[in-house]
Amino acid sequence: MYSQGLIGADGRTTESEEFLARFQARIDAEEKIEPTDAMPEGYRRTLVRQIGQHAHSEIVGMLPEGNWITRAPSLRRKAALLAKVQDEGGHGLYLYCAAETLGVSREEMTEELLTGKAKYSSIFNYPTLSWADIGIIGWLVDGAAIMNQIPLCRCSYGPYARAMIRVCKEESFHQRQGYELCMSLAFGTPEQKAMVQDALNRWWWPSIMMFGPHDADSQHSDQSMAWKIKRFSNDELRQKFIDATVPQAEYLGLTLPDPDLKWNEEKGGYDHGPIDWSEFWRVVKGQGPMARDRIKARKKAWDEGAWVREAALAHAEKRRARKMAAE
Amino acid sequence: MVQTTPLWEVFIRPRNGLSHKHVGSIHAADEVLALQAARDVYTRRGEGNSIWVVRSADIHASDPDQAAENFEPTADKIYRHPTFYDIPEEVGHM
Amino acid sequence: MAVWEALVELADDHLVLGHRVSEWCGHAPMLEEDLAMPNMALDVIGTARTLYTRAGELEGKGRDEDAIAYLRNEREYRNCLLVERPNEDFAHTMLRQLYFAAFMKAFWDAALSSADDVVRGVAGKAGKEMAYHIRHAGEWVIRLGDGTEQSARRMRDAVEALSIYVDELFDSSDAAQAAEAAGVLPKRSEMRAAFDKVIGDVFSEALLELPAVPYGQRGGRSGQHGEGLGHMLAEMQSLHRAHPGAAW
Ligand SMILES: [Fe+2]
Ligand SMILES: [Fe+2]
Repeated sequence: MYSQGLIGADGRTTESEEFLARFQARIDAEEKIEPTDAMPEGYRRTLVRQIGQHAHSEIVGMLPEGNWITRAPSLRRKAALLAKVQDEGGHGLYLYCAAETLGVSREEMTEELLTGKAKYSSIFNYPTLSWADIGIIGWLVDGAAIMNQIPLCRCSYGPYARAMIRVCKEESFHQRQGYELCMSLAFGTPEQKAMVQDALNRWWWPSIMMFGPHDADSQHSDQSMAWKIKRFSNDELRQKFIDATVPQAEYLGLTLPDPDLKWNEEKGGYDHGPIDWSEFWRVVKGQGPMARDRIKARKKAWDEGAWVREAALAHAEKRRARKMAAE
Repeated sequence: MVQTTPLWEVFIRPRNGLSHKHVGSIHAADEVLALQAARDVYTRRGEGNSIWVVRSADIHASDPDQAAENFEPTADKIYRHPTFYDIPEEVGHM
Repeated sequence: MAVWEALVELADDHLVLGHRVSEWCGHAPMLEEDLAMPNMALDVIGTARTLYTRAGELEGKGRDEDAIAYLRNEREYRNCLLVERPNEDFAHTMLRQLYFAAFMKAFWDAALSSADDVVRGVAGKAGKEMAYHIRHAGEWVIRLGDGTEQSARRMRDAVEALSIYVDELFDSSDAAQAAEAAGVLPKRSEMRAAFDKVIGDVFSEALLELPAVPYGQRGGRSGQHGEGLGHMLAEMQSLHRAHPGAAW
């Protein structure tokens, strides 16, 4: 999902049939693959891209919500939001470390993000225009993330699965604080209620687009499923998300902005209206309203932090030299 | 060439009486900053009362290609396990 | 002047500093600091909340933490000038934190024998937090002071810019004096030795010189702030004030 269901497995490999079959047998037996194990180059490459994209999404995801930390309308909300955004930074950190077990450095991954070579979830290219957006993001965006991340806890690659377990433990606080925030608005003054309905109207479609293209249109998904990097299809997860969310919206007395949304008795789930995939592709390709600003902000933090990182390394070198001299 | 900040593995003891357990990694220029980063990243929810950090580069791992010769020869030494020995029930728990 | 007003001063110090530190979130020099700085901000914001709540109780007019934090303007804020100084760069931010924590550590240790239960409770918790802030900020001041040429220059600039706000930490306003007389808060001037020791130790390792301060800037305790505080409060309070009486 944070990979938008777009990262197909890159099946190109140079390994022998026999090697690939042996590897597949381990996966089929639900064995976890660990960093030093032999693995097909395609498996490694797919993971590096997916984990990297996931990590970038967490990091860029700090910005839209961070936009409201200084304006949170109560001290309780300020503390909760700060802790929440901090967690997202932590998620990025855990994930970068998981990717590093595959032989890429954080610096390299950061470079790819900042030069636009690596993608991140398009959801974070929308602006947070009101306080209600903070509630809606927690409820929908974190809610959608949880849908996807829970199966990733069983991903075949050990370090990724372990990072996801830690992430999932933290995520449930995110969705709950978001929903509770929405409650405070939906049951508050008429202005507050209008604010949260407006936010829902803006975030609903981008949220369900987070699950990526329809199964019929998403390429290479089969190989990711076979390697157990991915466990459910885009449409399966999207359906689960919608079915869980509709009653939650009803409780709040809010209207989901989809006139075609209705219960389908036969499939035991909700049908939804057509998704505007042209918008989706536009945003994925970097034409989202905030895309430039997001990367600019990350680049500024990275560039302006360079002297601090260099100073720490220089000091460490001096210490080492002093210690050697003393011995 | 970008200078890279070293990677450290973080081990945390959840409470006294338990061993330190690997929880993840962080980047830091030296061991003091590494301990602080480990504290700030991995103990935000009361996860532990003691931290170890080890430079990732200082960890030596066994070779997975030698896994068979390392770990399989132990499989048939079943006499090392208590269940290998039959003790009559009337003797009681042993 | 009443004891509750002294608690508001103290709470303002913590909220304003926490707000400043929180401005870094998502923009830190490295991811590890993106986690460390919110920890520090959350510590001091937590302390501010308890102190505002206690101040409201003692005042007895039904004001809660948010009424006190969100419905006063810059002339009514009573924080010391140090904590409102802008982040500037990582060197300024770490030095500001070190100065504050070096003072507050000694202050909270002394407040463990406060006549007020809530203040005693805060002192126990906040004293430990300040001990960590001293370490975290102190280790950075050392690394930046004795790192590269650029970092050393930035660190010296920070010392130059911030040391003029240190003396105000040791002043007791009329409200603080009332709280001191009531045994609720310790005497601020008594923290000097402990503060100087912490700063002296860090500076000597950081190869920084202790600056001579010919004239310490003061005014925060009487609401005479720098121009930046008004902007900070305008931002902090805008949403809350746009919806009078709303619950969040
Ligand atoms: Fe996350
Ligand atoms: Fe989250």
